[in-house]
Amino acid sequence: MALWTLFGLARGKATRDGPDAEAPVRDVPLGLPRIAARDCAPDCAACIASCPTAALTASEPGEGQAGGTRIALDYGRCIACQRCIEVCPADVLMPGHDRAPGVRRREDLQFDPHAHRITAQVQELMARRFKRSLHIRHVDAGSCNGCESELQALLNPFYNLHRLGIFFTASPRAADLLLVTGTVTAPMQEALQAAWEAMPEPKWVMAMGACAISGAMAREGYAGGSGAAAAIPVDVYLPGCPPTPAAIMHALLLLLGRSRQRLHGGRIDG
Amino acid sequence: MNKLVMRMHAAGLPGAIETLLAGGGRMQMVYAHTQPGPLQVCYLASPGAGKPLELWCVDALPGGLPSMAAHVPLLGWYEREMQDLSGVDLVHHPEPHPLVIERRAGQPAPLSCADGCGRFPAPHVLPDVAGEDIQELDFGPIRADVFESAQFRFFYMGERILRYQPRLFLKHRGMEKRFEGLRADAAVHLAERVSGVGALAHALAYCQAIEDAAGIEPPPRARAWRSLLAELERTYNHLHYLGHLADTTTLKVGQAEGRLLEERAKQINAAVCGHRLLMNVLVPGGLRRDLHLPAHVPQELARLQRDSVRYLDQLERTSSFLDRLHTTGPLPRQVAFDQGATGPVERASGLDRDLRRDHPYAAYDAHPPRIILHGDGDAYARYRVRCGELLESLRLLRALARDLPAGAVRTDCPVPARGLGVGWAESPRGSVYYVAHMDPAGRLARVKIKSPSYSNWRVFPYTVHDSNMMDYAINEASFGSTIAGCDR
Repeated sequence: MALWTLFGLARGKATRDGPDAEAPVRDVPLGLPRIAARDCAPDCAACIASCPTAALTASEPGEGQAGGTRIALDYGRCIACQRCIEVCPADVLMPGHDRAPGVRRREDLQFDPHAHRITAQVQELMARRFKRSLHIRHVDAGSCNGCESELQALLNPFYNLHRLGIFFTASPRAADLLLVTGTVTAPMQEALQAAWEAMPEPKWVMAMGACAISGAMAREGYAGGSGAAAAIPVDVYLPGCPPTPAAIMHALLLLLGRSRQRLHGGRIDG
Repeated sequence: MNKLVMRMHAAGLPGAIETLLAGGGRMQMVYAHTQPGPLQVCYLASPGAGKPLELWCVDALPGGLPSMAAHVPLLGWYEREMQDLSGVDLVHHPEPHPLVIERRAGQPAPLSCADGCGRFPAPHVLPDVAGEDIQELDFGPIRADVFESAQFRFFYMGERILRYQPRLFLKHRGMEKRFEGLRADAAVHLAERVSGVGALAHALAYCQAIEDAAGIEPPPRARAWRSLLAELERTYNHLHYLGHLADTTTLKVGQAEGRLLEERAKQINAAVCGHRLLMNVLVPGGLRRDLHLPAHVPQELARLQRDSVRYLDQLERTSSFLDRLHTTGPLPRQVAFDQGATGPVERASGLDRDLRRDHPYAAYDAHPPRIILHGDGDAYARYRVRCGELLESLRLLRALARDLPAGAVRTDCPVPARGLGVGWAESPRGSVYYVAHMDPAGRLARVKIKSPSYSNWRVFPYTVHDSNMMDYAINEASFGSTIAGCDR
């Protein structure tokens, strides 16, 4: 056992800087697509046809608005597969390098080029009630195990979630946050609701990953569900497939009022 | 030639199976489909290394098909799944109750009707265990820590587990049905999300099935990249496995070290292909885009190799860790074969099978892996096989990275109408097979997935009966199966 300690000490600090310092972390994959403020070619629906999760729709200008058809994108469904970017003939859809940002309202994941930009900040609902620590009960309600893999990564020495005062707990009775992954299949719905009911007030729910937000690939099948919001009220939505550990950390700190929401009305700040 | 498709009559099945087994072959799976025309049942058989796989197609009989589960136990789950999802009746099945979902009387089978039918979980059918002082423990579906959901029932006396009955498929998402009607190139994202930590192996097996149907082969550079990515997947999965195994033996330093090495492997994945879990890279015909090895990656791989060797040495010197693995959860060779064990689990029980060597794909003919075997079949053997495979993967990675050929990474993959293809890959957890049937318009009509965790979850309970409660978590970790891959 002495050797473990010796080698551990010799290697030095393994934990990344941050999380607030946006230090270069090599975990930002090919990110969510971005959409240029341009009209699409007439009758082009290549991206809409290519999207495996129906995240893209055509958006027509409203009354009194100029311009033609543009593309609306629901980040809550997007799995960042990059297919729309590959097929877009006019570079309206472009590769993004943003990690998936967490939001407090489902609408903030919906980008519609013809909608007015939402400028009003959402009330600080959480009001820093969990200022010091946060205990999480995770429930897998029908995931592919990708989200679990990245959640487990949060506990490795590189991300070291504990240093932020955030812990996973076994009992829902000791939990502040229910973190849901997966589409919520019929057999898991009951267990999910039981876990939520067992939690003391105040309690919050985070839907993590495209499946828990919208059902993504398995949406509306004979067995797949359509996300956590159909079963329990959701307070934070974290898109991505799967969200990277840094994105999960950002969303957890958002809940604690220790990070800033970066996506409003489907538009990423700055 | 990758495969032979044979028409057969149900009466000929027992004879064909006997011949196959006598020749050293093994049944892989059975599934039902309706393309083209009436309900047909297909058995996938592998006669042995180097010989083409065989797909035996049998018409479903009106009075039901005779169950082959008594001859080949590993077919038992596949047959029950056909019963639940495709509505194939089976005669004389040793365990006739539902496995994946339960259908109410008169309700159509999900794979033969439009969406919206049959959402009932299969009942937890329990063994008949009675006696004084026997306790029952229901564990799950939500478990402590960050785990996938499944439910387990233990019948035990003191420390001794008498019987163990898992209830899986609570996470069944109906993934095979989701393939129906999709274009072949679009469905690769679905294959990647069958089992997130096996995304590359699933995508690879799927792409190879489509390429088999189209009769094309991807260019050499794409094939080399596919092997390289597949070994990256094995590396991060095996490191995760070791960290988790150390955790279950309460060796927390070993857990932290394993998780840190896994993290470094995942960061290499992201640097190489833009995704930590190696998604969004493959497409039928090759790769979606050309990849370039960033300059720091060869060095990182060398460092990862050096640190992994030291980590494994440390584990091998820690007796508190090793003591918990020796003689834990033994899986005899015959049970491993009969019940369908695959991957490191079967190789730890002495079965010398690995698709990378036996049916080479991607670049494994030019870069054959050394196959790691062990004869003891216990948790220690399963751990040792994974250790050996990890080091072998790291060696292969450096060789593959050095010899990456130049050239195109994608070739056209025109999908034939009514085509049929079989693809496979040796994932970190064992063999993945995909069979894809195309409809008259060249779209996917039926895709059947054989996932390694489905196979190994079938085997696992045989190592739990008559074992100790305190060893359970270690034994489960020593299998390293996923629930998502099993439930699909």
